[in-house]
Amino acid sequence: MEKDVAIVGVGQSAFVRGSDMAVRELCFLAFSEALEGLKLKSNQIEASIICSAPEYDKQRSPAGVIAEYLNLIPNPTMYVETVCSSSTTGLRVGYSLIKSGLHNVVAVIGFQKMSELSSRDAAERMGRGGDIIWESPFGLTMPAGYAMYARAHMAAYGTTEEQMAKVRVKNSSYGSLNAKAVYRKILTLEEIMQSEPVTTPFKRFDCCANADGASCIILASKGVAEKLTGKPVWIMGLGSATDSTSMSGRKVLTGLSCAKNAAKQAYDMAGIGPEDIDVAEVHDCFTISEILAYEDLGFAGPGEGPKLIDEKQTYLDGKIPVNVDGGLLSKGHPIGATGGSQVRTIVKQLRGEGKDIQVKKATIGLVHNIGGVGIYGNVTILGR
Amino acid sequence: MGFERFGTVSFTTETKAADFINYLEKGQVSATRCKKCGRVYFPPRVQCADDLTTEVEWTSLSESGTLLTFTQVNYGPSGFENDTPYTLAVVEFDEGIRVFGRLDKTIPSGDIKVGMKLRAERLNLAEGKISYQFVKA
Repeated sequence: MEKDVAIVGVGQSAFVRGSDMAVRELCFLAFSEALEGLKLKSNQIEASIICSAPEYDKQRSPAGVIAEYLNLIPNPTMYVETVCSSSTTGLRVGYSLIKSGLHNVVAVIGFQKMSELSSRDAAERMGRGGDIIWESPFGLTMPAGYAMYARAHMAAYGTTEEQMAKVRVKNSSYGSLNAKAVYRKILTLEEIMQSEPVTTPFKRFDCCANADGASCIILASKGVAEKLTGKPVWIMGLGSATDSTSMSGRKVLTGLSCAKNAAKQAYDMAGIGPEDIDVAEVHDCFTISEILAYEDLGFAGPGEGPKLIDEKQTYLDGKIPVNVDGGLLSKGHPIGATGGSQVRTIVKQLRGEGKDIQVKKATIGLVHNIGGVGIYGNVTILGR
Repeated sequence: MGFERFGTVSFTTETKAADFINYLEKGQVSATRCKKCGRVYFPPRVQCADDLTTEVEWTSLSESGTLLTFTQVNYGPSGFENDTPYTLAVVEFDEGIRVFGRLDKTIPSGDIKVGMKLRAERLNLAEGKISYQFVKA
Protein backbone atom coordinates (compact mmCIF):
# COMPACT_ATOMS: atom_id res chain seq x y z
CA MET A 1 0.00 0.00 0.00
CA GLU A 2 1.15 3.48 -0.86
CA LYS A 3 1.22 5.79 2.13
CA ASP A 4 0.88 9.11 0.40
CA VAL A 5 -2.46 10.64 1.41
CA ALA A 6 -3.64 10.44 5.03
CA ILE A 7 -6.65 11.37 7.07
CA VAL A 8 -5.32 13.37 9.99
CA GLY A 9 -8.57 14.59 11.53
CA VAL A 10 -12.24 13.63 11.66
CA GLY A 11 -15.24 15.22 13.29
CA GLN A 12 -19.00 15.41 13.28
CA SER A 13 -21.74 17.31 15.01
CA ALA A 14 -24.43 15.36 16.80
CA PHE A 15 -27.04 14.27 14.26
CA VAL A 16 -30.41 15.59 15.44
CA ARG A 17 -33.99 16.24 14.36
CA GLY A 18 -34.77 19.95 14.00
CA SER A 19 -31.44 21.49 15.02
CA ASP A 20 -31.47 24.97 16.60
CA MET A 21 -28.21 25.82 14.82
CA ALA A 22 -27.56 27.32 11.41
CA VAL A 23 -25.82 25.14 8.80
CA ARG A 24 -22.54 27.03 9.20
CA GLU A 25 -22.67 26.51 13.00
CA LEU A 26 -23.22 22.77 12.55
CA CYS A 27 -20.20 22.74 10.21
CA PHE A 28 -18.16 24.55 12.88
CA LEU A 29 -18.86 21.71 15.34
CA ALA A 30 -17.60 19.08 12.89
CA PHE A 31 -14.63 21.21 11.86
CA SER A 32 -13.49 21.97 15.40
CA GLU A 33 -13.68 18.28 16.40
CA ALA A 34 -11.63 17.35 13.31
CA LEU A 35 -8.89 19.84 14.26
CA GLU A 36 -8.78 18.73 17.93
CA GLY A 37 -5.22 17.87 18.94
CA LEU A 38 -3.73 18.96 15.59
CA LYS A 39 -1.30 21.84 15.39
CA LEU A 40 -3.19 23.20 12.43
CA LYS A 41 -4.87 26.55 11.99
CA SER A 42 -7.74 27.21 9.62
CA ASN A 43 -5.56 29.36 7.38
CA GLN A 44 -3.13 26.46 6.87
CA ILE A 45 -5.83 24.45 5.14
CA GLU A 46 -4.98 24.95 1.48
CA ALA A 47 -8.36 24.05 -0.03
CA SER A 48 -11.83 23.07 1.11
CA ILE A 49 -14.47 20.86 -0.47
CA ILE A 50 -18.04 21.43 0.67
CA CYS A 51 -20.58 18.65 0.17
CA SER A 52 -24.38 18.49 0.44
CA ALA A 53 -27.48 17.76 -1.59
CA PRO A 54 -28.42 21.23 -2.87
CA GLU A 55 -32.13 20.56 -3.33
CA TYR A 56 -32.46 20.53 0.49
CA ASP A 57 -30.41 23.70 1.07
CA LYS A 58 -31.85 27.15 1.53
CA GLN A 59 -28.45 28.77 0.86
CA ARG A 60 -27.51 28.90 -2.78
CA SER A 61 -23.87 27.97 -3.40
CA PRO A 62 -23.09 27.11 0.25
CA ALA A 63 -19.34 26.55 -0.24
CA GLY A 64 -18.47 30.24 -0.09
CA VAL A 65 -20.43 30.96 3.09
CA ILE A 66 -19.03 27.96 4.92
CA ALA A 67 -15.45 28.68 3.80
CA GLU A 68 -15.88 32.25 5.03
CA TYR A 69 -17.32 31.17 8.40
CA LEU A 70 -14.51 28.66 9.05
CA ASN A 71 -11.76 31.14 8.07
CA LEU A 72 -10.85 29.06 5.03
CA ILE A 73 -10.72 32.05 2.68
CA PRO A 74 -8.90 33.23 0.56
CA ASN A 75 -7.91 29.65 -0.29
CA PRO A 76 -9.92 27.80 -2.94
CA THR A 77 -13.21 26.17 -2.05
CA MET A 78 -15.55 24.11 -4.20
CA TYR A 79 -18.81 22.25 -3.99
CA VAL A 80 -19.26 18.54 -4.67
CA GLU A 81 -22.52 16.62 -4.90
CA THR A 82 -23.59 13.01 -5.37
CA VAL A 83 -26.63 13.16 -3.02
CA CYS A 84 -26.18 10.77 -0.08
CA SER A 85 -22.58 9.93 -1.05
CA SER A 86 -21.48 13.55 -1.50
CA SER A 87 -18.88 13.61 1.27
CA THR A 88 -17.04 10.47 0.11
CA THR A 89 -17.06 11.93 -3.41
CA GLY A 90 -15.55 15.00 -1.73
CA LEU A 91 -12.94 12.68 -0.18
CA ARG A 92 -12.11 11.36 -3.65
CA VAL A 93 -11.66 14.90 -4.96
CA GLY A 94 -9.57 15.83 -1.91
CA TYR A 95 -7.36 12.78 -2.42
CA SER A 96 -6.78 13.86 -6.03
CA LEU A 97 -5.87 17.42 -5.04
CA ILE A 98 -3.19 16.10 -2.70
CA LYS A 99 -1.97 13.24 -4.88
CA SER A 100 -1.56 15.67 -7.79
CA GLY A 101 0.72 17.82 -5.66
CA LEU A 102 -1.57 20.83 -5.95
CA HIS A 103 -2.27 21.03 -2.21
CA ASN A 104 -0.90 19.53 1.02
CA VAL A 105 -3.84 19.96 3.40
CA VAL A 106 -7.50 19.76 2.36
CA ALA A 107 -10.73 19.84 4.39
CA VAL A 108 -13.81 17.89 3.25
CA ILE A 109 -16.92 19.24 4.95
CA GLY A 110 -20.34 17.62 4.50
CA PHE A 111 -23.62 18.88 5.89
CA GLN A 112 -27.37 18.86 5.60
CA LYS A 113 -30.10 20.52 7.53
CA MET A 114 -33.12 18.53 6.48
CA SER A 115 -35.32 20.58 8.79
CA GLU A 116 -34.69 23.72 6.72
CA LEU A 117 -37.54 22.52 4.52
CA SER A 118 -41.17 22.11 5.50
CA SER A 119 -42.42 18.55 5.22
CA ARG A 120 -44.46 19.73 2.23
CA ASP A 121 -41.32 20.99 0.46
CA ALA A 122 -39.46 17.83 1.42
CA ALA A 123 -42.24 15.75 -0.14
CA GLU A 124 -41.94 17.83 -3.31
CA ARG A 125 -38.15 17.19 -3.46
CA MET A 126 -38.79 13.51 -2.73
CA GLY A 127 -40.81 13.29 -5.93
CA ARG A 128 -37.93 14.54 -8.08
CA GLY A 129 -35.23 12.10 -6.97
CA GLY A 130 -35.86 9.69 -9.81
CA ASP A 131 -35.70 10.28 -13.57
CA ILE A 132 -38.06 13.28 -13.83
CA ILE A 133 -39.11 12.61 -17.42
CA TRP A 134 -39.92 8.91 -17.24
CA GLU A 135 -40.24 7.76 -13.64
CA SER A 136 -41.14 10.58 -11.25
CA PRO A 137 -44.55 10.98 -13.01
CA PHE A 138 -45.48 7.59 -11.47
CA GLY A 139 -44.78 8.72 -7.88
CA LEU A 140 -41.42 7.01 -7.34
CA THR A 141 -39.77 7.65 -3.95
CA MET A 142 -36.40 6.67 -2.46
CA PRO A 143 -37.92 4.11 -0.07
CA ALA A 144 -39.91 2.62 -2.98
CA GLY A 145 -36.76 2.23 -5.06
CA TYR A 146 -34.95 0.30 -2.32
CA ALA A 147 -38.14 -1.63 -1.52
CA MET A 148 -38.09 -2.97 -5.08
CA TYR A 149 -34.54 -4.23 -4.46
CA ALA A 150 -35.79 -5.86 -1.25
CA ARG A 151 -38.65 -7.59 -3.10
CA ALA A 152 -36.32 -8.81 -5.86
CA HIS A 153 -33.88 -10.19 -3.26
CA MET A 154 -36.73 -11.93 -1.44
CA ALA A 155 -37.97 -13.48 -4.69
CA ALA A 156 -34.51 -14.61 -5.80
CA TYR A 157 -33.13 -15.93 -2.50
CA GLY A 158 -36.02 -16.35 -0.07
CA THR A 159 -34.84 -13.46 2.09
CA THR A 160 -37.42 -12.66 4.77
CA GLU A 161 -38.70 -9.50 6.43
CA GLU A 162 -37.46 -10.93 9.76
CA GLN A 163 -33.92 -11.13 8.39
CA MET A 164 -34.12 -7.49 7.33
CA ALA A 165 -35.47 -6.57 10.77
CA LYS A 166 -32.47 -8.28 12.39
CA VAL A 167 -30.23 -5.64 10.78
CA ARG A 168 -32.19 -2.96 12.64
CA VAL A 169 -32.01 -4.96 15.88
CA LYS A 170 -28.20 -5.04 15.60
CA ASN A 171 -27.83 -1.40 14.57
CA SER A 172 -30.21 -0.15 17.26
CA SER A 173 -28.17 -1.97 19.89
CA TYR A 174 -25.04 -0.06 18.80
CA GLY A 175 -26.96 3.15 18.20
CA SER A 176 -27.87 3.12 21.89
CA LEU A 177 -24.16 3.59 22.65
CA ASN A 178 -23.66 6.49 20.20
CA ALA A 179 -24.15 9.87 21.88
CA LYS A 180 -24.29 11.54 18.45
CA ALA A 181 -27.10 9.34 17.07
CA VAL A 182 -30.67 10.55 16.55
CA TYR A 183 -32.21 7.23 17.52
CA ARG A 184 -30.82 5.64 20.69
CA LYS A 185 -33.62 3.30 21.67
CA ILE A 186 -32.94 -0.44 21.46
CA LEU A 187 -35.57 -2.05 19.25
CA THR A 188 -36.82 -5.61 19.43
CA LEU A 189 -37.57 -7.79 16.43
CA GLU A 190 -41.28 -7.61 17.32
CA GLU A 191 -41.33 -3.81 17.49
CA ILE A 192 -39.70 -3.61 14.07
CA MET A 193 -41.99 -6.22 12.50
CA GLN A 194 -45.07 -4.53 13.92
CA SER A 195 -44.20 -0.98 12.86
CA GLU A 196 -46.47 0.59 10.25
CA PRO A 197 -46.01 -0.28 6.55
CA VAL A 198 -44.32 2.48 4.52
CA THR A 199 -43.75 0.87 1.14
CA THR A 200 -43.91 -2.90 1.09
CA PRO A 201 -41.97 -4.82 2.34
CA PHE A 202 -40.59 -1.87 4.36
CA LYS A 203 -42.06 -0.87 7.64
CA ARG A 204 -41.21 2.30 9.52
CA PHE A 205 -38.24 0.77 11.35
CA ASP A 206 -36.73 -0.58 8.13
CA CYS A 207 -36.05 3.04 7.19
CA CYS A 208 -33.54 5.57 8.49
CA ALA A 209 -34.68 9.03 9.53
CA ASN A 210 -33.83 12.44 8.10
CA ALA A 211 -31.52 14.47 10.33
CA ASP A 212 -29.53 17.67 10.62
CA GLY A 213 -25.77 17.52 10.99
CA ALA A 214 -22.29 18.04 9.64
CA SER A 215 -19.09 16.06 9.25
CA CYS A 216 -15.48 16.96 8.51
CA ILE A 217 -12.41 15.08 7.25
CA ILE A 218 -8.93 16.68 7.18
CA LEU A 219 -6.60 15.20 4.55
CA ALA A 220 -2.86 15.72 4.33
CA SER A 221 0.06 14.68 2.17
CA LYS A 222 2.55 12.20 3.64
CA GLY A 223 5.15 14.75 4.66
CA VAL A 224 2.67 17.02 6.39
CA ALA A 225 0.54 14.21 7.88
CA GLU A 226 3.42 12.71 9.82
CA LYS A 227 4.26 16.12 11.32
CA LEU A 228 0.62 16.77 12.29
CA THR A 229 -0.27 13.50 13.99
CA GLY A 230 1.21 10.36 15.41
CA LYS A 231 -1.81 8.41 14.19
CA PRO A 232 -2.28 9.05 10.48
CA VAL A 233 -4.85 6.83 8.77
CA TRP A 234 -3.92 6.15 5.15
CA ILE A 235 -6.20 6.01 2.14
CA MET A 236 -5.41 2.58 0.70
CA GLY A 237 -8.13 2.19 -1.88
CA LEU A 238 -10.76 4.32 -3.56
CA GLY A 239 -13.53 3.03 -5.82
CA SER A 240 -16.36 4.94 -7.42
CA ALA A 241 -19.01 3.94 -9.95
CA THR A 242 -22.37 5.03 -11.32
CA ASP A 243 -25.51 3.14 -12.37
CA SER A 244 -28.58 4.33 -14.30
CA THR A 245 -30.86 6.72 -12.44
CA SER A 246 -33.89 5.10 -14.07
CA MET A 247 -35.12 1.81 -12.60
CA SER A 248 -35.78 0.71 -16.20
CA GLY A 249 -32.04 0.95 -16.88
CA ARG A 250 -30.99 -1.38 -14.06
CA LYS A 251 -29.54 -4.67 -15.27
CA VAL A 252 -29.53 -6.24 -11.78
CA LEU A 253 -32.14 -5.78 -9.02
CA THR A 254 -30.70 -8.12 -6.37
CA GLY A 255 -27.64 -5.97 -5.64
CA LEU A 256 -26.22 -2.52 -6.36
CA SER A 257 -23.97 -2.62 -9.43
CA CYS A 258 -22.40 0.74 -8.50
CA ALA A 259 -21.30 -0.70 -5.15
CA LYS A 260 -19.94 -3.90 -6.69
CA ASN A 261 -17.93 -1.96 -9.26
CA ALA A 262 -16.64 0.51 -6.68
CA ALA A 263 -15.65 -2.31 -4.31
CA LYS A 264 -13.64 -4.07 -6.99
CA GLN A 265 -11.74 -0.87 -7.80
CA ALA A 266 -11.04 -0.18 -4.13
CA TYR A 267 -9.85 -3.73 -3.37
CA ASP A 268 -7.64 -3.73 -6.49
CA MET A 269 -6.11 -0.37 -5.60
CA ALA A 270 -5.43 -1.51 -2.02
CA GLY A 271 -4.19 -4.91 -3.19
CA ILE A 272 -6.43 -6.73 -0.72
CA GLY A 273 -9.74 -8.61 -0.64
CA PRO A 274 -12.89 -8.59 1.49
CA GLU A 275 -11.35 -11.14 3.88
CA ASP A 276 -8.77 -8.53 4.90
CA ILE A 277 -11.32 -6.01 6.18
CA ASP A 278 -11.49 -5.81 9.99
CA VAL A 279 -14.41 -3.39 10.33
CA ALA A 280 -16.86 -1.78 7.90
CA GLU A 281 -19.33 1.09 7.74
CA VAL A 282 -22.00 0.48 5.12
CA HIS A 283 -24.82 2.65 3.82
CA ASP A 284 -27.82 1.19 5.66
CA CYS A 285 -30.40 3.79 4.63
CA PHE A 286 -32.81 0.83 4.73
CA THR A 287 -32.36 -2.57 6.35
CA ILE A 288 -32.09 -4.34 2.96
CA SER A 289 -29.33 -1.91 1.99
CA GLU A 290 -27.01 -3.42 4.61
CA ILE A 291 -27.75 -6.96 3.40
CA LEU A 292 -27.08 -5.94 -0.21
CA ALA A 293 -23.82 -4.32 0.97
CA TYR A 294 -22.64 -7.59 2.60
CA GLU A 295 -22.95 -9.23 -0.81
CA ASP A 296 -21.79 -6.34 -3.02
CA LEU A 297 -18.63 -5.95 -0.88
CA GLY A 298 -17.90 -9.70 -0.93
CA PHE A 299 -18.43 -10.30 2.82
CA ALA A 300 -21.03 -12.87 1.72
CA GLY A 301 -21.77 -14.61 -1.57
CA PRO A 302 -24.81 -13.69 -3.71
CA GLY A 303 -27.96 -14.44 -1.69
CA GLU A 304 -25.95 -15.26 1.45
CA GLY A 305 -26.14 -11.82 3.05
CA PRO A 306 -29.14 -12.75 5.23
CA LYS A 307 -27.20 -15.69 6.65
CA LEU A 308 -24.50 -13.30 7.86
CA ILE A 309 -26.98 -11.39 10.01
CA ASP A 310 -28.74 -14.63 11.10
CA GLU A 311 -25.38 -15.87 12.41
CA LYS A 312 -24.56 -12.48 13.96
CA GLN A 313 -21.31 -12.36 12.00
CA THR A 314 -21.62 -8.61 11.58
CA TYR A 315 -21.82 -7.94 15.33
CA LEU A 316 -18.82 -6.51 17.19
CA ASP A 317 -17.36 -9.95 17.94
CA GLY A 318 -18.35 -11.51 14.60
CA LYS A 319 -16.30 -12.31 11.52
CA ILE A 320 -16.82 -8.85 10.00
CA PRO A 321 -18.30 -6.18 12.29
CA VAL A 322 -20.53 -3.77 10.32
CA ASN A 323 -22.00 -0.44 11.43
CA VAL A 324 -20.87 -0.69 15.03
CA ASP A 325 -21.76 3.01 15.44
CA GLY A 326 -25.43 2.20 14.80
CA GLY A 327 -25.37 3.00 11.09
CA LEU A 328 -27.66 5.43 9.32
CA LEU A 329 -30.60 3.55 10.85
CA SER A 330 -29.60 4.86 14.29
CA LYS A 331 -27.55 7.95 13.55
CA GLY A 332 -30.03 9.44 11.11
CA HIS A 333 -29.15 10.63 7.62
CA PRO A 334 -28.12 14.27 7.08
CA ILE A 335 -27.46 13.53 3.42
CA GLY A 336 -24.26 15.45 2.69
CA ALA A 337 -22.75 14.67 6.11
CA THR A 338 -23.31 10.92 6.14
CA GLY A 339 -20.19 9.71 4.30
CA GLY A 340 -17.94 11.84 6.49
CA SER A 341 -19.55 10.38 9.60
CA GLN A 342 -18.90 6.85 8.32
CA VAL A 343 -15.27 7.75 7.63
CA ARG A 344 -14.99 9.23 11.13
CA THR A 345 -16.12 5.97 12.72
CA ILE A 346 -13.59 3.91 10.75
CA VAL A 347 -10.73 6.36 11.44
CA LYS A 348 -11.48 6.19 15.18
CA GLN A 349 -11.54 2.38 14.99
CA LEU A 350 -8.14 2.30 13.26
CA ARG A 351 -6.70 4.70 15.82
CA GLY A 352 -7.98 2.45 18.59
CA GLU A 353 -10.34 5.16 19.87
CA GLY A 354 -13.57 3.20 19.46
CA LYS A 355 -14.08 2.75 23.23
CA ASP A 356 -17.08 0.47 23.87
CA ILE A 357 -17.50 -0.25 20.17
CA GLN A 358 -13.80 -0.88 19.47
CA VAL A 359 -13.14 -3.86 17.18
CA LYS A 360 -10.06 -5.68 18.46
CA LYS A 361 -6.90 -5.27 16.38
CA ALA A 362 -8.63 -3.26 13.68
CA THR A 363 -5.99 -2.29 11.11
CA ILE A 364 -7.96 -2.12 7.86
CA GLY A 365 -11.44 -0.62 7.55
CA LEU A 366 -13.92 -0.02 4.74
CA VAL A 367 -16.54 2.64 4.06
CA HIS A 368 -19.43 1.97 1.64
CA ASN A 369 -21.44 5.11 0.87
CA ILE A 370 -24.23 5.13 -1.72
CA GLY A 371 -25.95 8.08 -3.43
CA GLY A 372 -29.60 7.83 -4.44
CA VAL A 373 -31.15 4.41 -4.96
CA GLY A 374 -27.84 2.90 -6.07
CA ILE A 375 -26.97 5.65 -8.55
CA TYR A 376 -23.57 6.58 -7.10
CA GLY A 377 -21.35 4.09 -5.24
CA ASN A 378 -18.20 5.02 -3.32
CA VAL A 379 -16.06 2.44 -1.52
CA THR A 380 -13.08 3.64 0.50
CA ILE A 381 -10.48 1.42 2.18
CA LEU A 382 -8.47 2.89 5.04
CA GLY A 383 -5.47 1.48 6.89
CA ARG A 384 -3.14 2.55 9.65
CA MET B 1 -44.68 21.24 -25.64
CA GLY B 2 -47.03 18.36 -25.23
CA PHE B 3 -45.08 16.12 -22.91
CA GLU B 4 -46.62 17.67 -19.78
CA ARG B 5 -49.55 15.34 -20.48
CA PHE B 6 -47.49 12.33 -19.41
CA GLY B 7 -48.07 10.88 -15.95
CA THR B 8 -49.90 11.84 -12.78
CA VAL B 9 -47.48 14.67 -11.98
CA SER B 10 -45.37 16.01 -14.84
CA PHE B 11 -42.04 17.77 -14.50
CA THR B 12 -41.11 18.11 -18.17
CA THR B 13 -42.89 19.87 -21.01
CA GLU B 14 -40.33 19.49 -23.79
CA THR B 15 -38.52 16.43 -25.04
CA LYS B 16 -37.66 15.25 -28.53
CA ALA B 17 -38.98 11.87 -27.38
CA ALA B 18 -42.51 13.31 -27.06
CA ASP B 19 -43.66 11.03 -29.88
CA PHE B 20 -43.96 8.49 -27.06
CA ILE B 21 -47.31 10.14 -26.29
CA ASN B 22 -48.51 9.84 -29.89
CA TYR B 23 -47.81 6.09 -29.84
CA LEU B 24 -49.41 5.85 -26.41
CA GLU B 25 -52.58 7.48 -27.82
CA LYS B 26 -52.73 4.55 -30.24
CA GLY B 27 -52.36 2.14 -27.32
CA GLN B 28 -48.68 1.35 -27.84
CA VAL B 29 -45.96 1.63 -25.17
CA SER B 30 -42.82 2.14 -27.23
CA ALA B 31 -39.05 2.05 -27.00
CA THR B 32 -36.57 3.46 -29.52
CA ARG B 33 -33.92 1.60 -31.52
CA CYS B 34 -30.73 3.18 -32.86
CA LYS B 35 -30.68 2.52 -36.60
CA LYS B 36 -26.89 2.44 -36.60
CA CYS B 37 -26.01 0.08 -33.71
CA GLY B 38 -29.41 -1.51 -33.08
CA ARG B 39 -29.40 -0.72 -29.37
CA VAL B 40 -32.91 -0.53 -27.95
CA TYR B 41 -33.56 2.23 -25.43
CA PHE B 42 -36.13 2.31 -22.69
CA PRO B 43 -36.69 4.97 -21.41
CA PRO B 44 -36.94 5.94 -25.09
CA ARG B 45 -34.62 8.59 -26.52
CA VAL B 46 -33.93 9.96 -29.96
CA GLN B 47 -30.18 10.42 -29.47
CA CYS B 48 -27.79 7.46 -29.28
CA ALA B 49 -24.73 8.36 -27.21
CA ASP B 50 -22.71 5.43 -28.62
CA ASP B 51 -23.07 6.45 -32.24
CA LEU B 52 -23.74 10.16 -31.68
CA THR B 53 -26.69 9.88 -34.04
CA THR B 54 -30.33 10.89 -33.99
CA GLU B 55 -31.26 8.17 -36.49
CA VAL B 56 -33.62 6.14 -34.34
CA GLU B 57 -36.90 4.31 -34.92
CA TRP B 58 -39.80 3.65 -32.57
CA THR B 59 -40.62 0.06 -31.66
CA SER B 60 -43.49 -1.39 -29.60
CA LEU B 61 -42.98 -3.58 -26.56
CA SER B 62 -43.92 -7.24 -26.90
CA GLU B 63 -47.39 -8.32 -25.80
CA SER B 64 -46.23 -10.03 -22.63
CA GLY B 65 -43.70 -9.25 -19.94
CA THR B 66 -42.61 -10.70 -16.59
CA LEU B 67 -42.89 -8.93 -13.23
CA LEU B 68 -39.38 -8.55 -11.78
CA THR B 69 -40.21 -6.60 -8.63
CA PHE B 70 -42.82 -4.34 -7.06
CA THR B 71 -43.69 -2.27 -4.00
CA GLN B 72 -46.96 -0.94 -2.67
CA VAL B 73 -46.41 2.73 -1.78
CA ASN B 74 -48.41 4.09 1.18
CA TYR B 75 -46.80 7.55 1.35
CA GLY B 76 -46.56 9.46 -1.91
CA PRO B 77 -44.69 12.65 -2.79
CA SER B 78 -46.45 15.98 -3.49
CA GLY B 79 -49.24 15.54 -5.99
CA PHE B 80 -49.74 11.88 -5.13
CA GLU B 81 -51.34 12.36 -1.69
CA ASN B 82 -54.75 11.21 -2.89
CA ASP B 83 -53.34 8.48 -5.08
CA THR B 84 -52.02 6.10 -2.41
CA PRO B 85 -51.78 3.21 -2.09
CA TYR B 86 -50.33 2.46 -5.53
CA THR B 87 -48.00 -0.28 -6.66
CA LEU B 88 -44.78 0.50 -8.55
CA ALA B 89 -43.11 -2.24 -10.55
CA VAL B 90 -40.37 -3.19 -12.98
CA VAL B 91 -41.44 -5.51 -15.80
CA GLU B 92 -39.14 -7.22 -18.27
CA PHE B 93 -40.39 -7.70 -21.80
CA ASP B 94 -39.31 -10.40 -24.20
CA GLU B 95 -36.72 -8.21 -25.90
CA GLY B 96 -34.93 -7.90 -22.54
CA ILE B 97 -36.26 -4.36 -22.19
CA ARG B 98 -37.09 -3.38 -18.62
CA VAL B 99 -39.90 -0.93 -18.03
CA PHE B 100 -40.76 0.87 -14.80
CA GLY B 101 -44.39 1.79 -14.18
CA ARG B 102 -47.45 1.07 -12.11
CA LEU B 103 -49.61 -2.01 -11.73
CA ASP B 104 -53.32 -1.89 -12.52
CA LYS B 105 -55.03 -0.95 -9.23
CA THR B 106 -57.71 -3.59 -9.74
CA ILE B 107 -55.22 -6.49 -9.35
CA PRO B 108 -55.80 -7.76 -5.78
CA SER B 109 -52.58 -7.36 -3.76
CA GLY B 110 -52.64 -11.07 -2.87
CA ASP B 111 -52.40 -11.94 -6.57
CA ILE B 112 -49.22 -9.92 -7.18
CA LYS B 113 -46.24 -12.27 -7.51
CA VAL B 114 -42.76 -11.81 -8.93
CA GLY B 115 -42.73 -13.81 -12.18
CA MET B 116 -46.37 -13.13 -13.11
CA LYS B 117 -47.14 -12.24 -16.72
CA LEU B 118 -48.19 -8.68 -17.47
CA ARG B 119 -48.64 -6.42 -20.45
CA ALA B 120 -48.40 -2.63 -20.75
CA GLU B 121 -51.58 -0.76 -21.54
CA ARG B 122 -52.54 2.88 -22.11
CA LEU B 123 -54.11 4.58 -19.09
CA ASN B 124 -56.20 7.72 -19.47
CA LEU B 125 -55.92 10.03 -16.46
CA ALA B 126 -57.98 13.03 -15.37
CA GLU B 127 -57.69 16.37 -17.22
CA GLY B 128 -56.53 14.85 -20.51
CA LYS B 129 -53.38 13.35 -19.03
CA ILE B 130 -52.12 10.00 -20.18
CA SER B 131 -49.90 7.22 -18.83
CA TYR B 132 -49.48 3.46 -19.02
CA GLN B 133 -49.99 0.69 -16.51
CA PHE B 134 -49.25 -3.01 -16.29
CA VAL B 135 -52.29 -5.30 -16.46
CA LYS B 136 -52.55 -9.08 -16.23
CA ALA B 137 -51.56 -10.65 -19.57
